[in-house]
Amino acid sequence: MPALPREEVAHLARLARIDMPDAELDHLAEQLTAIVDAVASVTGAVARAEAESGQPVPATSHPLPLRNVTRPDVVVQTLTAADALAGAPESEDDKFRVPRILGEDA
Amino acid sequence: MSELVRMDASAMAEALRSGGVSSVELTQAHLDRIAEVDGPVESGVHAFLHVDAEGALARARELDAARSRGEELHELAGVPVAVKDVMVTRGMPSTAGSRMLEGWVPPYDATVVEQMRAAGLVTLGKTNMDEFAMGSSTEHSAFGPTRNPWAADRIPGGSGGGSAAALAAFEAPLATGTDTGGSIRQPAAVTGTVGVKPTYGGVSRYGLIALASSLDQGGPCARTVLDTALLHEVMGGHDPRDSTSLTDPVPAVVAAAREGARGDLTGVRVGVVREMGRAGHDEGYQAGVLARFEEALDHLRSAGAEVVEVGCPNVEHALGAYYLILPSEASSNLARYDGMRYGLRVLPTDVDPAEVTAEQVMAATRAKGFGPEAKRRIILGTYALSSGYYDAYYGSAQKIRTLVQRDFDAAFEQVDVLVSPTAPTTAFRLGEKLDDPLAMYRGDVATIPANLAGIPGMSLPVGLAPEDGLPVGLQLLAPAREDARLYRVGAALEARLHAQWGGKLLDRVPDWTPASTTGAPA
Repeated sequence: MPALPREEVAHLARLARIDMPDAELDHLAEQLTAIVDAVASVTGAVARAEAESGQPVPATSHPLPLRNVTRPDVVVQTLTAADALAGAPESEDDKFRVPRILGEDA
Repeated sequence: MSELVRMDASAMAEALRSGGVSSVELTQAHLDRIAEVDGPVESGVHAFLHVDAEGALARARELDAARSRGEELHELAGVPVAVKDVMVTRGMPSTAGSRMLEGWVPPYDATVVEQMRAAGLVTLGKTNMDEFAMGSSTEHSAFGPTRNPWAADRIPGGSGGGSAAALAAFEAPLATGTDTGGSIRQPAAVTGTVGVKPTYGGVSRYGLIALASSLDQGGPCARTVLDTALLHEVMGGHDPRDSTSLTDPVPAVVAAAREGARGDLTGVRVGVVREMGRAGHDEGYQAGVLARFEEALDHLRSAGAEVVEVGCPNVEHALGAYYLILPSEASSNLARYDGMRYGLRVLPTDVDPAEVTAEQVMAATRAKGFGPEAKRRIILGTYALSSGYYDAYYGSAQKIRTLVQRDFDAAFEQVDVLVSPTAPTTAFRLGEKLDDPLAMYRGDVATIPANLAGIPGMSLPVGLAPEDGLPVGLQLLAPAREDARLYRVGAALEARLHAQWGGKLLDRVPDWTPASTTGAPA
């Protein structure tokens, strides 16, 4: 099994938008390597099951065989702007106030 | 301790109806009990993150007034309930055990919270849990762990350890939980209480702070099978606001519990899952857990059930599949905590506030707001979903999910219910597995398969392990939509055990002794 090197964990942390100091990355790399090692057996288990039955195993993403669920398009009570903004770190003029989102590198 | 708090919820309901007690008296008795044992954080049970004494008493007064006016009330009206902090409550803090949501007051109620309010249940407060329901010990709560009422140095299970401990410490007669991989059933097992994970879709997920949406399921927790059934019927049913909610009527679980309590299981076929603790598959299972489980099988036989062993070979891969699927879904669900619209916002210290970008704020917020387990699972999920690994990991895990479902389908052609120990061990010590995530995960080995397959499961107490005197739980599993079978078989087993013990297991819970604050695990 591939170990998860620190550089890869650092990359994943960037993708997940979590600032992570070096010490935390080292510790996490070690733990994640052990966890991935343990869970990676699923790949072999599926291969064996498919070889035994000669059939591909379909994937299940959800426990219920649901199709699209729709509802009538009617107006119902929703949150007021004041309710929706009540928990906001910052708001202004009935809107969420956020740091700038343009002009970033990523 | 007032004798009122030791009553079953069904007995409280009866006393309320007959006028023997008022809801205000009951509510006050529980608030007093909470004040007696729940704090301080360093040494108390710490089952609650928030207690709403004023709101609870006001609601109790309303219900007493309604009753005295002769209004028709729900069977449970006036009975107190403790609500897991993962369920959002309008006007009451809802943190899911995370700093990320510290101080957040939701602008709406979860459907289950609405249902409980409509039934006249009195909300005492919100119970402690592992952060965003990730964990098996409540040690991953950002606000300090809950302690097991059986022994203050032991974990109460998780993630719903707060709800289970509140029941076992007589701080609440009913409580709610959510079960993504065992978070209702495992805390029930290690605290000597009862908990049910309904069929996926049986209880609305609207307003339940999401962990892994294809696995998450709300459900009832209580001290007896009948009480659990009474709460299940309040919480269950179709909710148009949850597109995965079942449209079936709520299963008749109260009737099933009452029928089961007669103790007759003639004609019921019970399958013991070979891969969950039987000879050759018992690595990691504690001897005393297996001994109590065997005795419970004898009770099932003497109640008339036919007990056979069945194989579900793919459940051995369920743990691996789960710890790929759960982090994948969690990494996506937890992406919403971005510091923009609600909850914590942290500004990075090394950037000029005038120049700071949303992305930098997000990364600083998530670094501060998430604890170690949440970060571990988010990163693991990000890894499992990344291109190049997706097919090998997430894709294979989804196929294991199919194989586990097929195993259960085949098993339920031979038997009506399946049984296993709920957890391989009794409550471990606080701190014991905190920095060994794999060891913690392995404790979920028997509960996880039901979540992957979407089938219902129950844990109920079957005695104390001789080696440590701590509670042991038995797990019952039934086919999807057959939740009532859990209650029938569970109530029958419970009736026989109560007869054997001359009372309930919780009659033997010792008086609460606060944890030593010197040298105790944090």
